Amino acid sequence: MIEVENLYKKFGKNEVLLGLNLSIDKGGIFAVLGPNGSGKTTLIKSVLGMVVPNSGTISVGGTTIKKNWKYRKEIDYLPQIANFPGNLKVKELIRMIKDLRQMPSNEEVLISRFGLESFLDKKLSTLSGGTKQKVNIVLAFMFECPLLILDEPTTGLDPASLIHLKTLIKQEKAKGKTILITSHIMQFVAEIADEIVYLLEGKIYFKGSIEELKIKTDQSDLEHAIAAIANTSTNV
Amino acid sequence: MLFLNNDVSKAVITLMNIIIVLVPLIGTIFGVMYFYNSKEFTELLLAQPIKRSSIFSGQYLGVAGSLALSLVLGLGIPFVAYGIFRSNAIFDFTLLLVTGAFLTLIFTALSFNIALTNENKIKGFGYAVLLWLFMAVIYDGLFLMSLIVFKEYPLDSFSLTATMFNPIDLSRTLILLKLDISALLGYTGAVFKQFFGTNQGLTVSLIMLILWTVLPVWRLVVISKKKDF
Amino acid sequence: MFYLFTFLFFSNLLRGNTITVCANCEVKTISEGVNIAVEFDTLLIKKGTYKEYNILIDKPLTIKGDSYPIVDGEEKGEIIRIVSDNVTIDGLFIINVGTSYTSDYAAIRVVKSENFTIKNVVLEKLFFGIYLEKSNNGRVYHNKIIGDAIDEYNSGNGIQLWYSKNVVVEKNIVQHVRDGIYLEFSDNITIKDNTSTDNLRYGLHFMFSNDDVYTNNLFENNGAGVAVMFSKRIKMVNNTFRKNWGTAAFGMLLKEINDAEIVGNTFEENTIGVNIEGSNRIVYEKNNFIKNGWAIKVLGACYANTFSRNNFLHNSFDISYNSKLNDNVFNQNYWSAYTGYDLDKNGIGDVPYRPVKLFSYIVNKTPETIVLLRSLFMDIIDFSEKVSPVFTPDNLLDANPLMKKAL
Repeated sequence: MIEVENLYKKFGKNEVLLGLNLSIDKGGIFAVLGPNGSGKTTLIKSVLGMVVPNSGTISVGGTTIKKNWKYRKEIDYLPQIANFPGNLKVKELIRMIKDLRQMPSNEEVLISRFGLESFLDKKLSTLSGGTKQKVNIVLAFMFECPLLILDEPTTGLDPASLIHLKTLIKQEKAKGKTILITSHIMQFVAEIADEIVYLLEGKIYFKGSIEELKIKTDQSDLEHAIAAIANTSTNV
Repeated sequence: MLFLNNDVSKAVITLMNIIIVLVPLIGTIFGVMYFYNSKEFTELLLAQPIKRSSIFSGQYLGVAGSLALSLVLGLGIPFVAYGIFRSNAIFDFTLLLVTGAFLTLIFTALSFNIALTNENKIKGFGYAVLLWLFMAVIYDGLFLMSLIVFKEYPLDSFSLTATMFNPIDLSRTLILLKLDISALLGYTGAVFKQFFGTNQGLTVSLIMLILWTVLPVWRLVVISKKKDF
Repeated sequence: MFYLFTFLFFSNLLRGNTITVCANCEVKTISEGVNIAVEFDTLLIKKGTYKEYNILIDKPLTIKGDSYPIVDGEEKGEIIRIVSDNVTIDGLFIINVGTSYTSDYAAIRVVKSENFTIKNVVLEKLFFGIYLEKSNNGRVYHNKIIGDAIDEYNSGNGIQLWYSKNVVVEKNIVQHVRDGIYLEFSDNITIKDNTSTDNLRYGLHFMFSNDDVYTNNLFENNGAGVAVMFSKRIKMVNNTFRKNWGTAAFGMLLKEINDAEIVGNTFEENTIGVNIEGSNRIVYEKNNFIKNGWAIKVLGACYANTFSRNNFLHNSFDISYNSKLNDNVFNQNYWSAYTGYDLDKNGIGDVPYRPVKLFSYIVNKTPETIVLLRSLFMDIIDFSEKVSPVFTPDNLLDANPLMKKAL
């Protein structure tokens, strides 16, 4: 589904991605993990075309993304910070995104699942962080795209909504979609991820299932396994 | 009916002062403000299947267009109501509105350029205000000083060229061509005479204004294509 | 009663006979008519074309054209020369005066004669138009002079007065000549209701002529406007000076003029409204200065001039001085650029107005800076100069600026 070859990116003097190679197959949930500043978001944004790499190629669904924008029709994206134009109402925002994408959508189901009905006529600037995140989730999940990219989807969600989110992700997986997630909540990752992609110093340090990671690091749970990776890398 | 008597010219002069000073300021500040405020929204749009250039040119046209329109309508309607069509200042007045609209387009484009190249909001704001201050005041000060220092040399080509490189001066010149032509013709230089005495001045100034609009917008599109978010 | 009858009888006799001149008449040319006429006869010139020049009128005659007969000089030289008193020329259409670099050929020249009248004459394709030379007590009335002057060196003046006194020049139209009306060493001349436009150099030009009056004339689009030089006690009333544009163009140039009165004139859209050089004791009252580049430009020493109840409307610069000295008085004028207030509502602004801007001083020094006119920077430095004058005469101000236009 996604092929990344030799990806380099630096911001000023700060080299973030150093020849990253990644291949993600169709179907399944992939968790992109790594310490802060390891390039998770940069990788995701490169795939989305928001960051222009210095060199290397990325292709999504078989087409290279350079100077191309139509491939984004195949991607649903949930950004890390959900800041919307404050003067729009929730309803208007949803309508606008629908208008932009011109695809069939199922926002009603999602709205009722997250209990957003009463907020539809409110301005976005008046919403709390958690509610904004819910709107964010609705926007990301309301279309049926084969690739779903979620950047810190759990931020600010209450436990009930978190459960909704998990079921939602699992449903989408069941439809055969490819889902890319970044998160710092290991419990969440352990629960839903099929495979882990661990980024370190601009490269893929580890790619495989949670079990493989546990074996490799000789730890019994994911959180410690991840911590162990971080430790070994700093020792190296 | 106040404007039907002699004081249309006074009104036009007052308006000119406002337009060449305030319009660029509003365009710059509003442009930078809008750009920074809508950053997240821009990111939201970037993840959607839309061409980058259309996102930014759309934002630019939205801001610049609405500012220009509010200027033209805001000034135009009261004057039309006061019967400008029946007064002979109509041409001066139209020119004033056209330059005002151009200044809005130019300075909004410049401020978008600044905002695009500066991630830091405070820095961006600073540069924007500096840009305005430079174009509106400092440039003319330097210009004047260089004219006085080099007064032994033929300066008319230099001064006209220097005028062309500042959109505020350029618009001022356009309006001067209408309001103060009698004073402008008092100077001996042949280049001046050619420029102010014929239609050349009007044509060249308008072309330069268009260039001033097109270049920043073009740069905007180019930068936005390479920019990371 | 007897004396009166006798007088009438003789005056009738003096009127003389009428001689008709036309192509089929007994008398076929004007010169021939003048030759056979006796004093106080009338020559009636019928419609037609008369190819004549050097017509010498040496006796008191009235030459009257019927429906504008054409006198064509074929560019051979002067056309009519009057050397006798009491001559009247009326209703001729004179064309093709010869051009010369050595003598000033005129359509009509009056030499050392008195009591002449030249009226209803139309002149075209001329060198000099009407030339009065040492001739007094005459009248130049309702003539139309349309030249085609292109260069100053080979063109002449419309109406020229040289050492002539007590002449009235009235309701003439002069266009496209070198100087519309030119006066040299001519005193007590009245010039009124004339229109002098599109002339190469000056609409009206005074040199060494005293005690003259000109009223209600219109001077428009002349190369350099109107020049009044080296003359005393001139009265200029209700004239209009418009659209004199160019490097050295002005509505009116005053050079070495003393004791003049300039009242009720309108100076509109000139590069310089009034240019004053070395002129003293002049009274400027109730004039309108509208949309000029410089309303008044003062060069050199000008003392004891007073400006009151004038309107200065929308000029790029109201007044420009090239020195720091000021001995002229400005009082109770209306300045459209005045931004003061009138708290006691007496119609007079409570703060004085300073008509000389620092910028005009800078423009005098470095003319190219004119392109910075009306820029914010200039407004700022003008303001600071206004607060504490350094470069401009600090006593130059109108202490009582009017709040409303003076009528």
